[in-house]
Amino acid sequence: MTALAPPAATGGRIHPRGGRSGVTWMALPALLMFLAFGLVPLVGVLLLSFTTWDGIGQIHPSGLTSWRNALADPELPHSLFVTFEIMIISWLVQTPISILIGVFLAAFKRYRGFLAVLYFIPLLLSSAAISLTFKALIDPNFGIGEGLGISWLKQNWLGQPRLAMGVLIFIVSWQYIPFHALIYQGAVRQIPTQLYEASKIDGATGLRQFFSITLPQIKYTIITSSTLMVVGSLTFFDLIYVLTNGGPGDATRALALEMYKKGFMANLMGPASAIAIILVLVGLLLAQVLRRLGGRGDESQLEGM
Amino acid sequence: MTTTINATGTPTRQTQQRERPSRGKKLLKMNWIGGSLGWIWLVIVIVPLYWIVITSFKTQANYFLTNSFEPPSHPTLDNYQTVLDNDIIRYFLNSVVVTLGATVPAVVISFMAAFAIVRGVGNRWLRWINNMFLTGLAIPLQAVIIPIYLIIIRLKLYDSLLAIILPSIAFAIPLSVLVLRNFIRDVPRELFESMHMDGATEWGILWRLAFPLTRPALVTVTIYNGLAIWNGFLLPLVLTQSPEQRTIPLALVNLTGQFGVNFPAIAASVTLTTLPIVVLYALGRRQLLSGLTAGFGK
Repeated sequence: MTALAPPAATGGRIHPRGGRSGVTWMALPALLMFLAFGLVPLVGVLLLSFTTWDGIGQIHPSGLTSWRNALADPELPHSLFVTFEIMIISWLVQTPISILIGVFLAAFKRYRGFLAVLYFIPLLLSSAAISLTFKALIDPNFGIGEGLGISWLKQNWLGQPRLAMGVLIFIVSWQYIPFHALIYQGAVRQIPTQLYEASKIDGATGLRQFFSITLPQIKYTIITSSTLMVVGSLTFFDLIYVLTNGGPGDATRALALEMYKKGFMANLMGPASAIAIILVLVGLLLAQVLRRLGGRGDESQLEGM
Repeated sequence: MTTTINATGTPTRQTQQRERPSRGKKLLKMNWIGGSLGWIWLVIVIVPLYWIVITSFKTQANYFLTNSFEPPSHPTLDNYQTVLDNDIIRYFLNSVVVTLGATVPAVVISFMAAFAIVRGVGNRWLRWINNMFLTGLAIPLQAVIIPIYLIIIRLKLYDSLLAIILPSIAFAIPLSVLVLRNFIRDVPRELFESMHMDGATEWGILWRLAFPLTRPALVTVTIYNGLAIWNGFLLPLVLTQSPEQRTIPLALVNLTGQFGVNFPAIAASVTLTTLPIVVLYALGRRQLLSGLTAGFGK
């Protein structure tokens, strides 16, 4: 979706002979659609951040008023904090589990296709359906805690800031770990068998093999998967909107939700546009940082997939 | 959610698997942690799904009395009737219109653009267009939703299905072009050239050569975009207002609000709206595989 790092535009192989010239028009429909609803809005959001608009009436240019308004609001640093909190914790939870399951799936022969099909199911569901399912499941009065008579499950999961954050991270993991595990599965299968055979002759244990061969060999995949996780976490909206609507209080109000509330609830489109710009910048910055970490700045991040 | 694309497995990956049958055992031996985690995670994935399905067949009275994980002794379809009585068919049709109306044009124009980019390599304009699509991958929908809202109002499309369709097409384009471009690039250049020699137009080459050869990628891209658009929430939320224009995810949220603590009805609405995707996925997977062999058996 939007969770992709911008791959470096290395373009295609350069053919000695130039291509056909009668084909350019075929790119026009896609170009026009993308200009109208992708690129123009990107420029538009920048322009709107220098205006005052309530979403219905006239748009008034107002210089830096909206930016001042957005930056002075203490909700902005708070929502940034919440965003990074979700990002970091969900990365810490998802990455090790995804790698381990991926390695397992790569090696596992029997039922593997069957397993992969089941792992896929969470990816088919809408975030709205997933949120509603879990919301019902953990309901303190009518959920499984009551149904099974297990008292520690009967907590007000979405009523306390810490617990609500925990539930959110859990649902994110539920939804995306299978996906990342499948990415790692693909990567592990690409590792040359000879490496394992050679290390076995040298007397390496399984654990040693994992840390000295498997992990270094899937380094670029880790970067790719992390980029998708990190940049993707910036855009969690449906999930939070349906699950907690940012609550309790503002404990789970991440940046995208803060923007929505400011723009479409409080009718402050100018400051909301400023937040949108911050969202884009944070995303680009993180993608760049992760790309540098990969140490392959000139190549596509999609390569590891 | 680029999964479908990766998990379908490119033909290269499949041959690689076949070449190394011996590695499995070795890895399995060392990886008992991953192994147990794999099964534990499978249980974690399955439990909520199992719960939502069995709950949807319980009566409300029965739900509060029985163990949560026990299947109902007298399954009932009343909850599904309740959901159907709440206009779910209309929302379902809305979602079908939006998904088809956005996915089909998006894939067709992306395919044309990808073909142009591959065939017209060296053309300055096409290089610029290609770079623009690559940049487009980095634009999150959330960040540009306010200007999209403004554009839709100005086009007098607010509160219509077309309002959801148009931006959905635009946001499906970058990734579709990227995937299709990589696929078309793998078609031997000589095939294009020989067809050109035979007097075929580029338009003819596009549909009679590139189209059948890239069918697996087209199926993948179609499924991926279809899923993303079917499950889309933000665009319907922001760009529509009246209940008649709701698509499934938005309708689901409103319905469950209405059902309150009638958990079996909530479960039925989640199950009913999810079922078509799971069925389509099951069908699509098979077609995906036959697509692979059809495309490369030649």
